[in-house]
Amino acid sequence: MLKILKYSFYDLIRSRWSYIYFLFYLTLGFVLLFLNNDVSKAVITLMNVIIVLIPLIGTIFGVMYYYNSREFTELLLAQPIKRSSIFMGQYFGVAGSLALSLVLGLGIPFVLYGLLRSNAIFDFSLLLVTGAFLTFIFVALSFVIAISNENKIKGFGYAVLLWLFLAVVYDGLFLMSLIVFEEYPLDTFSLVATMLNPIDLSRILILLKLDISALLGYTGAIFKKFFGTDLGFLVSMGILLLWTVVPILGLGHKAKRKDF
Amino acid sequence: MTIEIKDLHKNFGKNQILKGIDLTIDEGHIYAILGPNGSGKTTLIKSILGMVIPNKGLIAVLDKPIKKDWRYRKKIDYLPQIANFPPNIKVKELIHMIKDLRNSPSAEGELIALFGLEPFLNKKLSTLSGGTKQKVNIVLTFMFDSPLIILDEPTTGLDPMALIRLKELIQREKAQGKTILITSHIMQFVEEMADKILYLLEGEIYFKGNIGELLEQTGEPDFEHAIAALTTTGSHA
Repeated sequence: MLKILKYSFYDLIRSRWSYIYFLFYLTLGFVLLFLNNDVSKAVITLMNVIIVLIPLIGTIFGVMYYYNSREFTELLLAQPIKRSSIFMGQYFGVAGSLALSLVLGLGIPFVLYGLLRSNAIFDFSLLLVTGAFLTFIFVALSFVIAISNENKIKGFGYAVLLWLFLAVVYDGLFLMSLIVFEEYPLDTFSLVATMLNPIDLSRILILLKLDISALLGYTGAIFKKFFGTDLGFLVSMGILLLWTVVPILGLGHKAKRKDF
Repeated sequence: MTIEIKDLHKNFGKNQILKGIDLTIDEGHIYAILGPNGSGKTTLIKSILGMVIPNKGLIAVLDKPIKKDWRYRKKIDYLPQIANFPPNIKVKELIHMIKDLRNSPSAEGELIALFGLEPFLNKKLSTLSGGTKQKVNIVLTFMFDSPLIILDEPTTGLDPMALIRLKELIQREKAQGKTILITSHIMQFVEEMADKILYLLEGEIYFKGNIGELLEQTGEPDFEHAIAALTTTGSHA
């Protein structure tokens, strides 16, 4: 698996898109720090960008890479290599190189600005960790979609729909259900509904660490009571991990049964 | 025996491709797998390679069942039908990569010289012509020393010179006692190379034997007509 990972990783590191992605974060980091002149505020702005953009890029990159490397995959399948190693290697190659672009692209400007001496270092690390999680989650989901659909257009369509659903539509439905059922106690419901969407979960996790949860009103207090504790934090991280592991297992399961 | 197949079934959706293939492939011969388009030749080959997963049946390569195994592929050199290579890497890099992944001794230098590929080594695969790609494909297949060689349409796009080289190469491998499976639609090539014929029709083995037996059974004067006769009698049956 490591050899496949190595080749996929190098292949992507050499590609133009990885550089563009890296440079984008680098520019974003520098511009935000320059304009805000405040690490904490920059982290908030970054969160808003990251929470929507990372899943989108992860999804598109994952689907594109899978379909583009079909020939390579077929070549590998006839070689003495375990099937799951081929797909896991490719997956970790893509997700790893995207996560690296993110961490380096944002990390460099912040370190240069003097993050290591500021007290926002924990918030910032949390931002990078959730960003990396989101990358791994959405690349895995997109690989599962791509391997289940021979037709590229369909695969792309489903992947973009998935992103749209989790990033936009889910929140709408969530909000509507809160309004419709406002007469009922919704504390547990909103906690669970947040857990079920990795994007929402990441957002809440970062917001609460940034001490702006007062803005969230009464619901915010409940969230703070849960997510703010160590237990809540661990549970959320556990759920993000689950969101990563389940699609990876799904990918392994699909890969074992597919005909090429 | 090199390959043993028992009651092999495969369907893609409702489309039944292989309907109970029973087959033994013995060591040291060249087998030609023939049959009309869509008769299941490639599916059969891909099942042996583990790329297609059968619905039912057993395949054993070199006396070991292949299910859930992958190490046996170290004993197989496979030439795929359409040379689909990753477009953005150079010929040299591709050869190096496959060598690295396979981790066995290889003799690519001699083959590169044989097919005159030196000028292309530093070119990207997407810039090569179909015939040149096929030559690269052949180098990648023959550079390892494995007891079983599977060639899916090896002659596609080759010029006469390369074709002669390919035939010599196949004969040389056979002389070393290797087992070779070939599919081809070029009957002249098959007649020249193969000791045994396997004729697939609608997912079943319709004929197995040598060319002499085939001519006798069909009563046709030459090989090409005999194969054509098999196809027509088959569709009437």
